Amino acid sequence: MANLDDLYREIILDHYRSPRNRGELPPPAHHVEGFNPLCGDEIVVYVLIDDGVLVDIKLTGHGCSISQASSSLMSGAVKGKTLEQVRDTIATFKQLMTVHEGQLGEPAVATSPDADLRRLGELAALAGVVKFPVRIKCATLAWNTLAQALDETST
Amino acid sequence: MQRVINDRPITYLDSGASSLTPRSVIEAMDRYYQHHHANVHRGVYQTANEATAVYEGARARTARFLNAPGGSEEIVFTKNATEAFNLLARSWGAAFLSPGDVVLVSEMEHHANIVPWFQLRESHGVEVRFIPVDDDFRLDISRIDELMRGVKLVSVTGMSNVLGTINPIHDLAEMAHAHGALIAVDGAQSVAHSSTDVVALDVDFLAFSAHKMLGPTGLGVLWARQEILSSMPPFLGGGGMIKDVSVNGFTATTGPSRFEAGTPPIAETAGLAAALTYLEGLGMDNIAAYEKELTGDALTRLALEFNGRVRVIGPSDTLDRGGVISLDVEGVHPHDVAQVLDQFGVCVRPGHHCAKPLMKRFGLAATARASYGPYSLVSDTDVLLEALTHAVTMFG
Ligand SMILES: Cc1ncc(COP(=O)(O)O)c(C=O)c1O
Repeated sequence: MANLDDLYREIILDHYRSPRNRGELPPPAHHVEGFNPLCGDEIVVYVLIDDGVLVDIKLTGHGCSISQASSSLMSGAVKGKTLEQVRDTIATFKQLMTVHEGQLGEPAVATSPDADLRRLGELAALAGVVKFPVRIKCATLAWNTLAQALDETST
Repeated sequence: MQRVINDRPITYLDSGASSLTPRSVIEAMDRYYQHHHANVHRGVYQTANEATAVYEGARARTARFLNAPGGSEEIVFTKNATEAFNLLARSWGAAFLSPGDVVLVSEMEHHANIVPWFQLRESHGVEVRFIPVDDDFRLDISRIDELMRGVKLVSVTGMSNVLGTINPIHDLAEMAHAHGALIAVDGAQSVAHSSTDVVALDVDFLAFSAHKMLGPTGLGVLWARQEILSSMPPFLGGGGMIKDVSVNGFTATTGPSRFEAGTPPIAETAGLAAALTYLEGLGMDNIAAYEKELTGDALTRLALEFNGRVRVIGPSDTLDRGGVISLDVEGVHPHDVAQVLDQFGVCVRPGHHCAKPLMKRFGLAATARASYGPYSLVSDTDVLLEALTHAVTMFG
């Protein structure tokens, strides 16, 4: 059975208590709102993109410790990266958050190879979330919203 | 249900979402599949007759449970309470409401009793108006005469699935009728926890789900006064609801079958009948008194033990209040509360409970909700409080 400590790693509680990159960015930054209709969590992601680089990112909104920590960790992981790197990180993170079939009753396993986990750095602290499938939506809310922001700015 | 979670027996405090199932209910459904399985209202062979008897017997049983004056003729089986409200809006609402007519709901309604009316607003131009909720978590009916202007239907919940507030249905029925309106009641949270007598309440429609009253999932009920039901056009079309079909068209049958197109849930109706027998065996008044005691005990201890860090979103005493206790824990998101509680085997529900207008009214995104059933014990509250203490400490 999944253990609570897998979910509430110290690093997650830390990012929940003191989230990084909180706030808004004025135009020309682009912003997108994300909702988790199941639990009422809301997030706004502000991105400032210049010449293919995510120059700055800020976040507002409210939600549970997992969604707040995930968005805080995300902001640190993508800030200053090229859009290609950002998309790559999003894809790797979402892969980490994928539940595979037939896991009812068995402990869910994170399927990402260790190499991916290492590449994710601090974000790997969220790997335990996949053992609590209901909470995956909390962890991915910020990421899906960021992906949407990138899509909207690239068109 | 005997599950051990994280080395702890389960402490089930989510009866408001779905109740646990007595063995007799499971056995009644088993019996249908093992001995009487056939479709209803079709074959003439032995088991087909038996299946029809199971289904129609459950209809009669349900009518008796509600003291429905017109008996079986007033009981429509649906998929759940939500479908019952959709049936009401799409059939009665679409046929009898005109642009500008008002449907008066309340701010504490479940989305099941809001969204179908908004849909009717889009398709038929009706107005949807809300009875506000006051700071004591009760309906504010101080300006009801004003609110009643132009109202053709009052549709309110018997008991809030978030606050636990029990509404004065009989009074509201009187007001509705005095203004020439009808009244529908959302019984989803009330029918399993106290007696429901549609004659004494003097209401016109009642909707509820079997799975919140010790019965199975997949089955709901719309009760409607016979003279109203017989005037309502059909809802879904298909087999079972017709009198005649030709290449030129169809005519609908009469009675509740008119609203039950296609093969209905049959085993589930056997389960519902067994659940009603189980509930009445306990005695609805006994259940109400027992749950009141459990709720009162929990409210008192919650107020005493957390120095105000745990706030109850709902009435603070047991007057006109049921066993649904929504919690707001200072500094801890309801999702996290529920997650820590899960570690203690405690099942509560975090979220907006499909009542977003109500959440907004109290400036909340979500609560963690504990809800009791007739099988709940004081020891369930003990574990709840132990786990809550842990959650409060953990998030500092
Ligand atoms: C007050 C109330 N009304 C309606 C419903 C909808 O019930 P169902 O989902 O079974 O249709 C619920 C269930 O959560 C409820 O609590």
